[in-house]
Amino acid sequence: MTTPLLTHIAVAWGDVRAALQHHHIITTLGWQDVATRYRRSRVGAFWLTINILVMIATLGFVFGTLFRQPMAEMLPYLAIGLIIWGFLTTLVNEGCTSFITAQETILQVRMPLFTHVMRVLWRNTIILGHNLLILPPLFLLFMKPLTPLALWALPGFMLLILNAAWIMLALAVACARFRDLTQIAQNGVQVMFYVTPIIWSAALLPAHAGTALLDFNPFYHLINIVRAPLLGEAPSTLNWTVAALMALIGWVVALAFFGRYHKRIPYWL
Amino acid sequence: MNTHAAFIELKDASVDFPVYNATSLSLKNRVLSAVTGGKIDRQHDGTVVIKGLQSITLKIGPGERVGLVGHNGAGKTTLLRVLSGIYHPTHGQANIVGECVSLINISLGIDPEATGRENIRLRAVMMGMRPAQINLRIEEIIDFTGLGDFIDMPFRTYSTGMQMRLAFAVSTAVHPQILVMDEWLSTGDEEFKQRAERRMKEVVSAAQILILASHSRELLLTNCNRLIWLEHGQVRMDGKAEDIAKSYFGH
Repeated sequence: MTTPLLTHIAVAWGDVRAALQHHHIITTLGWQDVATRYRRSRVGAFWLTINILVMIATLGFVFGTLFRQPMAEMLPYLAIGLIIWGFLTTLVNEGCTSFITAQETILQVRMPLFTHVMRVLWRNTIILGHNLLILPPLFLLFMKPLTPLALWALPGFMLLILNAAWIMLALAVACARFRDLTQIAQNGVQVMFYVTPIIWSAALLPAHAGTALLDFNPFYHLINIVRAPLLGEAPSTLNWTVAALMALIGWVVALAFFGRYHKRIPYWL
Repeated sequence: MNTHAAFIELKDASVDFPVYNATSLSLKNRVLSAVTGGKIDRQHDGTVVIKGLQSITLKIGPGERVGLVGHNGAGKTTLLRVLSGIYHPTHGQANIVGECVSLINISLGIDPEATGRENIRLRAVMMGMRPAQINLRIEEIIDFTGLGDFIDMPFRTYSTGMQMRLAFAVSTAVHPQILVMDEWLSTGDEEFKQRAERRMKEVVSAAQILILASHSRELLLTNCNRLIWLEHGQVRMDGKAEDIAKSYFGH
């Protein structure tokens, strides 16, 4: 029983490694996707930044008033949350279709399949870079200082990416076979948006309801390891543990799954 | 660069194609059919399995120029995909040694909004070229297209002929060990056609293995020394080009 499982993982790992070795394919194609957005519009990828900015202003105004939160605390919190969430949502949504949209390439060129997932990841990381530009002026506006603790956001971000990558890989495989899974995944992400503290803050929850809504929500931990350090707070040990364990277990499962169906994927397209 | 000999070996290789319709591509229907049980399941689950290729055994070594013939639907495209390592046989084995480039759709990966120069880079990456290699070759490729200043204009502004020139120039810039083609590439006006023909010959002679699917007798006889005749996903005949051509084309 263990031998086929190990073979699957070895096949999948071989693919992932080859994709990372040929990283120039990933970066070239990913840049190209971003460049395309600039070709017909000068604002280019910044349109998304403008969208998020409008979201932050609206939600900040509505919920800040509703929950009677001071803007100086509400807005930076909301901005970081929405930016990370936007990044995660797009990764999940576009991750689902990463093999389907690369169909023609997969059927003609022999390249590691994980390349197509990484292309989506790279493209969205560049777009995230655009959106992050919102933060410095916002922090300046409210005179919110960055503490040395903010450096922890970097390992946090790495862990976030590591988790996003296995989720995308697993979804890309599953959605190539079951096309309606894309809609299901998108709905799921939409629901998670409301149960994850992004527009509301964890401190507002009643004590007992809080544990269930927060501790069992993987997205809460993933967001917190990036958001908390930027706001000058240390993420809890639980946040780090859940995120790290999720990455570890998730990758093993995703690799086994990917390896199992690796040969079948071109036939599904 | 990979220097050892290219080699292709298929052992009893079969390809079964699952044909998924909207019903079987849907997870919801899968779950529902599991609940409703076996009988209806068989009628509702529209998975039809088409036998694309059936127990094909063949060896292709360096120096071989293999032509594939067969009527439409005989499995030529499927076999081309197996030989280029894209489809793994569902039964049996395929062993493909050597870097393989397929020139089936030479416009693959081209972005109409990008300039000619950017498209050369995009296409070259798809062909498996490394950035350093691309930098080294790009001027020569641009020269070959003969597009002049148009190279920095968006691809969509090109005429069809110019678009073909660009795609052709990049696609033939690499010299793979195994070259897979579906019909011969010929393109453009008279002047370009001659240069293209010369370049095509270069690429083909540099390749250790050529696999060419075609309906043209003349083309196959000039380029191939071996023909494989496919029928209903099986090898009907395999042998010297002249002999098979006589049986297949009937003269």
